[in-house]
Amino acid sequence: MSGKARVPLRQVDAYRWEVPQDYKDGMQVPGLVFATETLMEQISADNSLDQVANVACLPGIVKASMAMPDIHWGYGFPVGGVAATRVDDGMVSPGGVGFDINCGVRMLRTDLTEEEVRPLLEPLVDALFATVPSGLGSSGKIRLQGNEIDRVLAEGARWAVEKGYGVPEDLEMSEAGGRLPGADPDKVGTRPKRRGAPQLGTLGSGNHFLEVQVVDEIFDAEAARVMGVEQPGQVAVMMHCGSRGLGHQICDDYLKVMDGAVKSYGIELPDRQLACCPVESPEGRDYIAAMYAGANFAWANRQCIAHWVRESFAQVFGRSWESLGIRQVYDVCHNIAKIEEHTVDGRSTKLCVHRKGAIRAFPPGNPDIPDRYQGIGQPVLIPGDMGRYSFLAVGAPGALEESFGSTCHGAGRAASRSAAKRILKGRDIQGEMAQQGIMVKAHGWDSLAEEASIAYKDVAEVIEACEQAGLSRKVARMRPLGVVKG
Amino acid sequence: MGGFEYMDHTADVGIVATGEDLKEAFAQAARGLFDFMADMSVVRETEACDVSVTAPDRDALLVAWLNELLFLCEVEHRYFSRFEIYEMEETGLKARCYGEGFDPARHRLKSGVKSATYHMLRVEDGSPARVQVVLDV
Repeated sequence: MSGKARVPLRQVDAYRWEVPQDYKDGMQVPGLVFATETLMEQISADNSLDQVANVACLPGIVKASMAMPDIHWGYGFPVGGVAATRVDDGMVSPGGVGFDINCGVRMLRTDLTEEEVRPLLEPLVDALFATVPSGLGSSGKIRLQGNEIDRVLAEGARWAVEKGYGVPEDLEMSEAGGRLPGADPDKVGTRPKRRGAPQLGTLGSGNHFLEVQVVDEIFDAEAARVMGVEQPGQVAVMMHCGSRGLGHQICDDYLKVMDGAVKSYGIELPDRQLACCPVESPEGRDYIAAMYAGANFAWANRQCIAHWVRESFAQVFGRSWESLGIRQVYDVCHNIAKIEEHTVDGRSTKLCVHRKGAIRAFPPGNPDIPDRYQGIGQPVLIPGDMGRYSFLAVGAPGALEESFGSTCHGAGRAASRSAAKRILKGRDIQGEMAQQGIMVKAHGWDSLAEEASIAYKDVAEVIEACEQAGLSRKVARMRPLGVVKG
Repeated sequence: MGGFEYMDHTADVGIVATGEDLKEAFAQAARGLFDFMADMSVVRETEACDVSVTAPDRDALLVAWLNELLFLCEVEHRYFSRFEIYEMEETGLKARCYGEGFDPARHRLKSGVKSATYHMLRVEDGSPARVQVVLDV
């Protein structure tokens, strides 16, 4: 779209690369990218490194503008970026969260094996496709009356559990308990509510998915056991979606607010999409309260979908979901900014940690993770692509020391959507995947082509880079059996 | 005569639109937005809808214009195939948009769009006028 910037890089070690602070005027800190040499070749091919440098210009940013090995070119922030700013005098940027606030991943484990599921895979995928609304412009089955949307925004997954979608244990097995306190529905305008309310309980489109997976390799038997993953051949479910039109509109509305306020705070930015305001300003506080409300909507959304997944399994296997052992492993968000305490220059500092396509990955013993996982670290759910595999990992001590407790969130795109469609033109993607033993249901050929394996990097390389850098440790690998695409 | 084309972007998509003047370039950008989302060859012009947007400057006006159309599309399930911008200033525009409500039996949706962004945003007056915008998809 325009000339690619030549970004200087200094290789720190086999898994770390620095973008020097003197690369660009206004950089407050250097850039730090976690990647292998092979991944760096792919990363350097687009403009994402320049975006790492742009984010380093945010006032109040500490340590470094970071990027995970799955980094790719975004709009404003790179996808795969982590930026922490001081709450006292730093900025919060809606672009550092993205339009899909609390886009995230939830994983359920089951007692079922591939042998048991394979003969019923077709009715199972059909049931999931029919029960979980998905696709472009899809509306949900939930009709929110009056001000009920405000309860969803304030209570998150807890609202859904109270309404009978799931059980309290699901909340415990979610980042932040599936609800961020501090969410204020009154800071969300009527437009996001109008746009999003009818979409509660929908998967959406694009890269969002619902997958029936089978565990095909276990790397850490003990950590896997704690998470209810006992053996290869065991069936699990993974879903990826976010806050739908509600989150998109919150971001849109507050970008306008901040775009207008940037000048009054005397902030100069290299990219207008990085518009930001001090965390401790009226605009900053309002955005955080609204963004948290959007995050809660996303947790309620995944909670409802998980409930219908359980119902679909129960219907197809003719047994209750409890007797099928369908329990939640964890739920993580990968588009969020949260106020957290981290050590900076030896001092505990209150920070606004932006994770734009990155997952919190707290190590064992951290008070913010469930009791069950205290000994192994926080579960990290990393989808790959629909033709290969996804990973279950745990947070490692290095994450807290180095990346504000963050690790990668996925494979990262290697080819644009249109390039993928060009390459796959005329191919029967569904048929080819069926030959590999993967049953796919989608709303159209385009969405399948855009999300095909060839469009993504190999997530295994990304996971390995994070492991070698000490940010997270892989626990198990799952491959898809059945895929529902939006 | 103006038109639009798409520009590759790793995760998203860019629209470059041109026209005899900015009004036409903005209208072409809107066509580009809807053509990305749906097969517009089967969308009829059975309804008209008036849209009015304001923004602090001309660049932001392009984003506000496309995002207003996205909002209408998502909330009212309407797809627009033709746009007449009949009033345009630095900080505001008024338009009449023609299209119809979504009909699942006849219409084919292609891709979703979350929002128009300020990233690499360009609005160039002249002859032809040329605008560029990146969509988050």
